[in-house]
Parts: sequence; structure tokens; C-alpha cells
Amino acid sequence: MSGSDLVMYEEEFRKIDDELQKLHQQTNAMVVFLVDKNGQLIASAGETRDLDTTSLASLTAGNIAATGGIARLLGEKEFTILFHEGEKDNIHISLIGQRVILVVIFDKRSSLGLVRLRVKKATEALVSIFNDITSKAEHDKTEGKLDESPFAEISDEDIDNLFR
Amino acid sequence: MSFINYSSREINCKIVYYGPGLCGKTTNLQFVFKKTNPDQKGKLISLATETERTLFFDFLPLALGDIKGFKIRFHLYTVPGQVFYAASRKLILKGVDGVVFVADSQIERMEANIESLDDLKINLAEQGYDLDKLPYTVQYNKRDLPSVAPVENMNKLLNPRNVPYFEAVAVTGPGVFETLKNIAKQVLTELKKHY
Repeated sequence: MSGSDLVMYEEEFRKIDDELQKLHQQTNAMVVFLVDKNGQLIASAGETRDLDTTSLASLTAGNIAATGGIARLLGEKEFTILFHEGEKDNIHISLIGQRVILVVIFDKRSSLGLVRLRVKKATEALVSIFNDITSKAEHDKTEGKLDESPFAEISDEDIDNLFR
Repeated sequence: MSFINYSSREINCKIVYYGPGLCGKTTNLQFVFKKTNPDQKGKLISLATETERTLFFDFLPLALGDIKGFKIRFHLYTVPGQVFYAASRKLILKGVDGVVFVADSQIERMEANIESLDDLKINLAEQGYDLDKLPYTVQYNKRDLPSVAPVENMNKLLNPRNVPYFEAVAVTGPGVFETLKNIAKQVLTELKKHY
């Protein structure tokens, strides 16, 4: 099961964060965030304080999963871009490297064309960062160590304490 | 699939509540939601029909606390139990770290329990998982109803591997947190093996 676990280190996280900040500025978007396909929020840029990003992440992943299911029924591998248009706000969702989902929320200060163009550029950069993460994780796994593993000395008592 | 983030020092795990229609999966999540401190939980999201049957999934994020400076978060999901939502059930199992099978204890629902358990095994296999190797807990729900099957019988039918099982009444709460605690512990123990 843990073969596909996602392990994120400071270095890669910073690179992803930089990419998202850049995309946020270039698209003039309200919020940009990155979610993994299972619904876990990875990183975000922009004004997220009033947003329930955890729920957004999970619903976005559900959305992509459902669309993927539809694609397969039609004999398509995947639909890589989803776009929802609202009265004020719009949301652009795209699948990156089969693994993560990039979400851009924007209003009339930006445009769909601009978002699509910039997302395409950011996608290339993000794919390469995630390839690094995957190979690093595999390397650590075969070496059998992670730096300062949080699980190294975890005891039954620690786990029990979570439920106090 | 868990997500270990060294940058924000967080560990995220996904637990799925599975079982036949009307067995109480959503009720489990609702009870957990009701009894958890506001600072430990997010919103309970239910994608349900007008008659409150689960259409796609329910979702409840829980922040349990810290272990060695890492925040431990669990994302609880339910699947839609009704037979014809098979396609959606498959999707929700993606990336699961642990499964709770909620069985309806009423004798007349035994067939539905068995069918749902078979469906779970098939759907997991399609995603490349083996139920025998996954953290797995069984809950015998609705123990307060008059026509319930004895636990030994249910164990024989639904739990031949003898994984941890709990009797529960999800509406009022007995057994709900015991089940959650057990699956959470199994998931963390499994992670510990790998990292």
C-alpha cells in the first residue's frame, strides 16, 4: 500500500510553492492550489483565509475522479482539464502528470485564455518537480531510511494519546 | 496512500467506511463529527440525494493531535452503499489507507452484508489492493435493534480472518470511537513498518 505514498521534503515543497506563487501572480488569480489525486491539499497560493481548502481539495479530487470514470466509459484515458464558470468566480482544474491536480480560482480580473496559457507553462515545471519527488522517495525506500522519520520511535502509547 | 509532508510537518491518511446501503456509514461520521472538538475537525461534507441517501461520498477531516512533532490528520470517507452506485464506490477507494466495514446486524440484511463485502474485495483488487493486507476493522452496527444476528455468526460470515471487530449503535454512539481508534491505530502501525 505504501508503494504510492507521497513524501514531501522541505526542498521540493519550496520549489512547488514558488511555482504556485508565480502562477498566482501571472494569472492574476484569486487562489491557486495543488491537490493530490486522493484529495490531500499539497500547497496553495493567494488569499485562502476565507476558504475551506480541505473541503475544496477533497471535492476537487472527487470531481476529477468522477470525470476520469466518465472518460474511461467513453474510451478516453482521461479528461485533463475541467472548467466551471460561475456568475463571479470561475474555477479551472487540470490534471498534472497523472498524479496531482492544479486548481486556479479566478474572477473577471483574469481570463480563461490567460489561465490556460500560464497553467500550461506551470504544468511543465511541476511535472519535473514531482518526478524528482518520486525518484527521491523510491531511493529513500530502497535505502530504508527517511531523515528523522516521525515513526522511528512511535509507541502504542503515542497513538493512544491521540484519542485522549 | 498517505501523504507525509516534512515541510508542514503533517501526516495525512485516508480511511474509508464501506458497507451495504443503510448500514450506518454516514451515521458513524455524523456521530464522530458531533462529538469531536471544533478545533480538531473540519466541515462534514455530504454529497447526498434529497432523501439523504449518500450519492457520492461523505467527507470528514479530523486532526487528531501530534506525534513526534508531526500533526496527524485523518480524512474519513464513506461510500454510497446502494448497489447501483458501484462506479462511485470504486473511485472513493483510491488511495485508501484503511477500511472500516460497517455491517448491518439485522438478520434480514445478512445477504446484503455478504454482497457488499464481496464488492469491497473486488473493488480493492481492481485498485491493486488486497483486503488481507490492508488495515481493516469490522463494525457490527445496530446492535440495539430486536432482530440482530449473534456476533459469532456474523464473525463466521463476515470476518473469517478474525480482524478486530466492534459492536456498535452508531445513532447513539457506542462502538463508534472504538472502531475509529482501532483503524487509526492500525494505519499508523502500518506506516511505522514502512518508514
